[in-house]
Amino acid sequence: MSLQSFEVLADPEVQRLFLRGFGTTLRLFVTSAACAYLLGALLVVLRMSGRIPSALVSAFVEYHRNVPSIVQIFVWYFGVPQMLPAPWHAWMNAHVGALFFAVIALSLNAAAYISEDLRSGIRAVSTGQLEAARALGLSYVKAMQLVVVPQAIRAAAPALISQALGLLKATSLALAIGVNELMYVARQLDGETYATFPSYLTPTLIYLACTLTLMFVGSRLERAASRSR
Amino acid sequence: MLDILSEYGFLLLVGQFPNGPLGGVALTLVMSVAALLLAFPVALAVAIARTSPIPAIHRAASVYVTAVRGLPLLLIIFWAYFVLPLVTGMTTSASVTVVCALVIYEGAYLGESIRAALEALPRGQTEAARSLGMTYRSTMTKVIIPQALFNCLPSMMNQFVLIVKNTSLAYIIGSQEVTFSANSINAQLLTKPFEVYFILAGIYFVVCFSLSRLAKAIEHRVVRKRLGQQTRQSDPNSSLVRAPS
Repeated sequence: MSLQSFEVLADPEVQRLFLRGFGTTLRLFVTSAACAYLLGALLVVLRMSGRIPSALVSAFVEYHRNVPSIVQIFVWYFGVPQMLPAPWHAWMNAHVGALFFAVIALSLNAAAYISEDLRSGIRAVSTGQLEAARALGLSYVKAMQLVVVPQAIRAAAPALISQALGLLKATSLALAIGVNELMYVARQLDGETYATFPSYLTPTLIYLACTLTLMFVGSRLERAASRSR
Repeated sequence: MLDILSEYGFLLLVGQFPNGPLGGVALTLVMSVAALLLAFPVALAVAIARTSPIPAIHRAASVYVTAVRGLPLLLIIFWAYFVLPLVTGMTTSASVTVVCALVIYEGAYLGESIRAALEALPRGQTEAARSLGMTYRSTMTKVIIPQALFNCLPSMMNQFVLIVKNTSLAYIIGSQEVTFSANSINAQLLTKPFEVYFILAGIYFVVCFSLSRLAKAIEHRVVRKRLGQQTRQSDPNSSLVRAPS
């Protein structure tokens, strides 16, 4: 733990490595978050439309809640390509990298949790709201869109932000399938230079900077939501 | 899939146990239980510190909780991997390292759920105990903590499910739990990754799903018991103070 080992961080090559790793982490985070929120919303709609879609969504949610994220990543990365027909498999090996499978696994996992949060947000809006909107002559879709959903999102906002936080932390799992994100870079640097302390202190500070920002935004939103109520 | 189970089922269940170290699902469960038991006192301390009237104590506890909430578990495992031998002066096995990392991680999360239970108790409980002449210490240990712990049993069970899922990261530093077993089976078979990881997912699903069902059953009981207390309180026939007729 000598101070000399910090000289590693002055090397421009190392800095570039960390920057690239951080870039990959951000890309993983942004793409999976975008997919997860969209899919989460879609799952809620499916869950409220009939018995069969609802049962399917509930099975999807239970699978993602009860199997560790890293195992889900393995199933996608190692398992699914093997099940595809051979020509597809070859095409995938040539064109699709580990990053793609990490995004799929992470966004499906987060979507399951997000759909549950949205659903409990909708439950938090009293049924009188929908009934009143319908009584005023709004159609079901309009009533949902203008009255129920905005309130549901406001109620679910803290949980939704904390899902983003969890997703950002979960991107570190992509190291298991060789995506060279921040943790992968740190581990590689530690292996090559034995400068353990600076290798892990850098990602610690970067993760903290990102997650503290998210937490700050979350607490602001929460305060704004409670004020508007 | 059945042939994988019949050939490697034992490896998935207990690792190389009779002839080598314990592994597989058994090690996953042992690590999870150890992590929960060791994290519990840490979490309780964090929860009490977070509700403490002394500013320095509750500020220190919230710094700890925020830092842990902001870092991936994997990073904490890596830190434990390097810091533990420095602190203790001996080499620690991968499983012990992961249990220590989990104690740090879950100490914060479990601490938050215990804190929520502490804060959810009506203020009248503290006020009544204090006005009866009890000290802060005996108010906490005899009145507040027992009730809060009972009320947060379901969320403790849910944390336990999270711990079981989180032990899967242990394979990254070489602990031979069930994910490690599945990876080595996959490396031996090479041609059946889907079957192997499907079985692994199935094992976790069975364990975690039954645990979360248990959590739900406990929650049912806890809620019923609390509701029972409330209805008894509001029942006019059993209340001590009658309204003047």
